[in-house]
Amino acid sequence: MKTALRFIALVMLAAILAACARETVEEPEAPEPPPTQEPAEEPETDRLDPRDFTDPRNLDNSDSVLSQRVVYFEFDRSNVRAEFRPIIEAHAEYLRANSSARVMLEGHADERGSREYNLGLGERRGNSVEELLRANDVPSRQIEVVSYGEERPVCRESNEDCWQRNRRVEIVYTAR
Amino acid sequence: MFSSARSLLSSITTVSLLLLALLVSAPAAAELRIEIVDGVEGAMPIAVAPFAWNADMPEPDAGVAEIVSADLHRSGLFDPMEEEEMVDRPSDPTEVRFGTWRLLKVDHLVVGSVRETNDGMGYEIEYHLLDVHSGRVLFSQAMTVGLGDLRFGAHRVADAVYEELMGVPGAFATRIAYVAVRGSGEDERFELIVADADGHNPQTVVRNSQPIMSPTWSPDARKIAYVSFATGRSQVIVQNLYTGQNRVVSSGKGINGAPAFSPDGEKLAVSLSRSGSPEIWLIDLETGSREQLTHHWAINTEPTFSPDGERIYFTSDRAGRPQIYVMDTAGGDPERVTWEGRYNAHASFGLEERYLAVIYSEGGEDYRIAIHDRETERLRVLSDGRLDESPSFAPNGSMVLYAKRREGRSELAAVSADGRVRQRLVLSEGDDVREPAWSPLIR
Repeated sequence: MKTALRFIALVMLAAILAACARETVEEPEAPEPPPTQEPAEEPETDRLDPRDFTDPRNLDNSDSVLSQRVVYFEFDRSNVRAEFRPIIEAHAEYLRANSSARVMLEGHADERGSREYNLGLGERRGNSVEELLRANDVPSRQIEVVSYGEERPVCRESNEDCWQRNRRVEIVYTAR
Repeated sequence: MFSSARSLLSSITTVSLLLLALLVSAPAAAELRIEIVDGVEGAMPIAVAPFAWNADMPEPDAGVAEIVSADLHRSGLFDPMEEEEMVDRPSDPTEVRFGTWRLLKVDHLVVGSVRETNDGMGYEIEYHLLDVHSGRVLFSQAMTVGLGDLRFGAHRVADAVYEELMGVPGAFATRIAYVAVRGSGEDERFELIVADADGHNPQTVVRNSQPIMSPTWSPDARKIAYVSFATGRSQVIVQNLYTGQNRVVSSGKGINGAPAFSPDGEKLAVSLSRSGSPEIWLIDLETGSREQLTHHWAINTEPTFSPDGERIYFTSDRAGRPQIYVMDTAGGDPERVTWEGRYNAHASFGLEERYLAVIYSEGGEDYRIAIHDRETERLRVLSDGRLDESPSFAPNGSMVLYAKRREGRSELAAVSADGRVRQRLVLSEGDDVREPAWSPLIR
């Protein structure tokens, strides 16, 4: 139950962040950040904008969509749900701007059914994310898909809470 | 009454199993303990009298008779008498007082002896099967085994008894392979383990921090093909259990999975996604040449050869959900085999092409092991779990070994092909055990 709530919270956070991103584009006068202790010489351009998807620092910035690197799927499905598109689009922007960056798309399945079939399913999910990146003009040389099927679960209980967390593609940067 | 004073020793076989030049120097894997969950009512009463021990070496804790009794009991078809209940301990047909055994309501009696071979390099096991009611000797046989192979010899005795009384070969003197997972997180280790069919003598063949999948036996039971993620990507590897040599057979882009040896041992069918989606390919193990057999955008995986090697059965979701299809090994259009249920996958054969063991789901949440009968087109569900998988038929078609989830971990189970006998195969430790593969009959 706790895990389910955490999962829902995660999805909601993604939605809110996506909404924020949209909103602030229309309204550029975002509130000034509070004054900091930073030295005065610090150039203003170094201030981190979480909506700058070309900045590598945002990969580790929990305020940025770029820090989200897991895409979840429905049972036995491999189509990317609408709510995860902004995440993939953010990574597409990053990959376009950073041509030496490389991603491994790790496809995973839940434990139900045959392991070898699930290996195929994990790959299909990885391919779906790859296609979206490609549709957003990311060159194929920056992307690799690997499927682990059901062999690398993040959650080991046999219930839907767990299964939905295991049906996923992890976007792993092998080079930033 | 008892006609031939002493029958001729009908066969002398030499079983020399210098098994596994211990490929991984590591603590021995824990043994599987096999428990009967459900047996057959009216199982055949039989007695296996303690074998006479005529050797200088000390007798092992588990004697030959004890092992034979345990094998027969595990099959669920026999009800062996406890040793303590035996009033008589004959070790030769001439010593048997049939009246006594009739009073004990035993149908058959096994007697025998073990002696050291003249060169001191092994044991000769002599064994006889007697029909208690007629007082006849059904067979008398002997075999020699190496000093370390007494257990295996005992399994062969059980095989002979099973075959004489059941009309099909026994599968006690066989092995099983499975994947065990120990630890978690950073310490997680995957192990490919080979053990005797009764769970004894487990040997770790491969150990890795990355997943190991889909072990499968060569027809001579000397090699195992499996899927390794040791490099972070899938590879198909063939491992020789006797020499310790291993060979990467396939490591192309995408999935390299689901190996299956052809019955002649010359080819390996695999599922490779190098062309974009998983397709069935045939790799010639001699020349390394490969041929693509399926051409369909769907998932095509889990190839398995018909027992005669003429056809390949595989799993495909070309019709939307996974179902079993068949095609000629030489190529040609696949034909759909299973129609019942939403999900059928991972076909496995025993002796006959008529019966396929599969993972089956009706449409609800449960995945179970079922046998599809090609002749009647009927499907019979054998297992009762929620998440049963990886069915592997015994080479004599008597049982199906599979993996099930229980309390958050995977364990092995077996069920007789008629669904009446159920076994649990449990590790003493709490490791996760999965993907069992029953070896072919070992000649």
